[in-house]
Amino acid sequence: MGSGVKRIYHKRHPYLFIGPAVLILLVFSIVPIFVAFFISFTDLDLKGLANWSNISFIGLENYHELFRDDVFHKSIFNTVFYAGIGVPLVIICSLSIALLLNYGSNLLFKVFRGVYYMPSITNIIAIAVIWGYLYNTEYGLFNYLLSLLDADKIPWLEEPTIAKLSLILLAVWKGVGINMIIFLAALQGIPKSYYEAAKIDGANRFQMLFRITIPLLRYATFFVTITTLIGWLQFFEEPFVMTQGGPLNGTISMALFIYQKGFQFSQFGYAAAGSFVLFIFIIVVTLVQFKIRKSDTEY
Amino acid sequence: MKQRTVSMKIEKTIVSLLLIIGGILVSIPFLWMVASAFKPSSEVLQFPPTLFPENPTVENFVQLFERLNFAVYLKNTIIIVVLSFGGLLLNAMAGYGFAKFNFKGREPIFYLVLATMMIPAQVTMIPVYLILNELGLTNTMTGIVLPGLAAAFSIFLFRQFMTTIPMDLIEAARLDGAGEFYIFFKLIIPIAKPIFAVQGILTFIGAWNSFLWPLIIANDESLYTLSVGLSLLQGQYASNYGLQMAGAAFMVIPIIIIFSFFQKYIVEGFTMSGLK
Repeated sequence: MGSGVKRIYHKRHPYLFIGPAVLILLVFSIVPIFVAFFISFTDLDLKGLANWSNISFIGLENYHELFRDDVFHKSIFNTVFYAGIGVPLVIICSLSIALLLNYGSNLLFKVFRGVYYMPSITNIIAIAVIWGYLYNTEYGLFNYLLSLLDADKIPWLEEPTIAKLSLILLAVWKGVGINMIIFLAALQGIPKSYYEAAKIDGANRFQMLFRITIPLLRYATFFVTITTLIGWLQFFEEPFVMTQGGPLNGTISMALFIYQKGFQFSQFGYAAAGSFVLFIFIIVVTLVQFKIRKSDTEY
Repeated sequence: MKQRTVSMKIEKTIVSLLLIIGGILVSIPFLWMVASAFKPSSEVLQFPPTLFPENPTVENFVQLFERLNFAVYLKNTIIIVVLSFGGLLLNAMAGYGFAKFNFKGREPIFYLVLATMMIPAQVTMIPVYLILNELGLTNTMTGIVLPGLAAAFSIFLFRQFMTTIPMDLIEAARLDGAGEFYIFFKLIIPIAKPIFAVQGILTFIGAWNSFLWPLIIANDESLYTLSVGLSLLQGQYASNYGLQMAGAAFMVIPIIIIFSFFQKYIVEGFTMSGLK
């Protein structure tokens, strides 16, 4: 026995190095998945939190309920709406800006790289406060600028569809920076010799863009698409702080639905079931993306 | 040839112009925030709005501290920032462990770590709350900070960097009789400065901006962060936009200053991490 303990003691170092971080991930990331799965089959609420004997196993009841819940349907519709418009917009904007920024390397380009990145590191609450002011129907800057053009006032956050679009505008503004940096890093990794060779062959700018640059950005585009899509499926903070999901649940997203059920109404079991539906959504979308990517790497 | 350089110049001018126009559009919310933060409450709701404050005042900033608890929120935020740097060290250690040691279970454990990146926050939010509740850590600073200390992406970046450190260097130190932790702190950390710089900034930004978790875990106002305080302000002083903009500016400006100093490292960090 002594030698066994001794051997473990002797090989302890790698485990000491990875131990603390892995333990934290285990307790707060891996174990919670199983806990969430378990409680999604229970009626856990505040009473259950106080005393475990109040919790009962109710099988698929939460999931049944979810599929009858109009608010949940709405949250799914809105989430698809957000992702459907937001993801392409973010990708197109961040790629375009990265292409422009990659054009030069003097101070101007460096400064503007910072300017475009700025929104993505800015605190979401500060952003919500500022944009809430910009979007204010009476005193907001946007409606003032529109009034200069003799346009009517727009109820930016007061009409369900417009409110969704307003939140998308804000989120695109915030989301461009990080993706632009990834595209920029990828652009800087393309060997200059490719362009020189193309130039000798008489290729024009557009040919170079569509025949060299964009194909070579495949991996970056894939990475950005996946992470952006996953991010937008979890769209939460913007509707949470700007509209609390209103008007008439017009801006509620699946993530916000889960938060509200869980932490405002303390229906932990029900919310956990909702979170698993979202989880499955994300897994399916990610797998589909990988599948598409596999089928088009062939050529 | 001459024609070519002229067209190149025109092209560059167009690109620069596009960037400048786009940049101004992107900056409008920031410019509007700063301008409004210095307006007295009468001017903030004036119509038509003024671009620059006519009677600039720092009254809004003073109120944040005198009438509201911004000093407390600031203190809490700074505590979270400092404790998060402890987490950075744990992630660096883990990255080093995965990169430079051969041990039983290395691959599966590493994949497990990577897998945690795919788990949406909304799934773990409720169970983590329940776990912390069982541990009696709700409404404590530990409860706010602990779950976020380890981050898979950070471990991954550290590991990528650590694999580039030559093994000979570590072996030489071992032959000289240095202990493993001595090697890590005295040899590895100085070499890994660039990656620490990047992650340090990202950690700072993340901790400074932390909102949702402190909101969930802290019931007590004495534990609120600046973000939580600002969101309260938005609720209570809904029409006092000058005060709100001052609060926002107070949160945003430190980040902008730090970012302008270090943006080179952030961009290089992404290039370095092999995200291409």
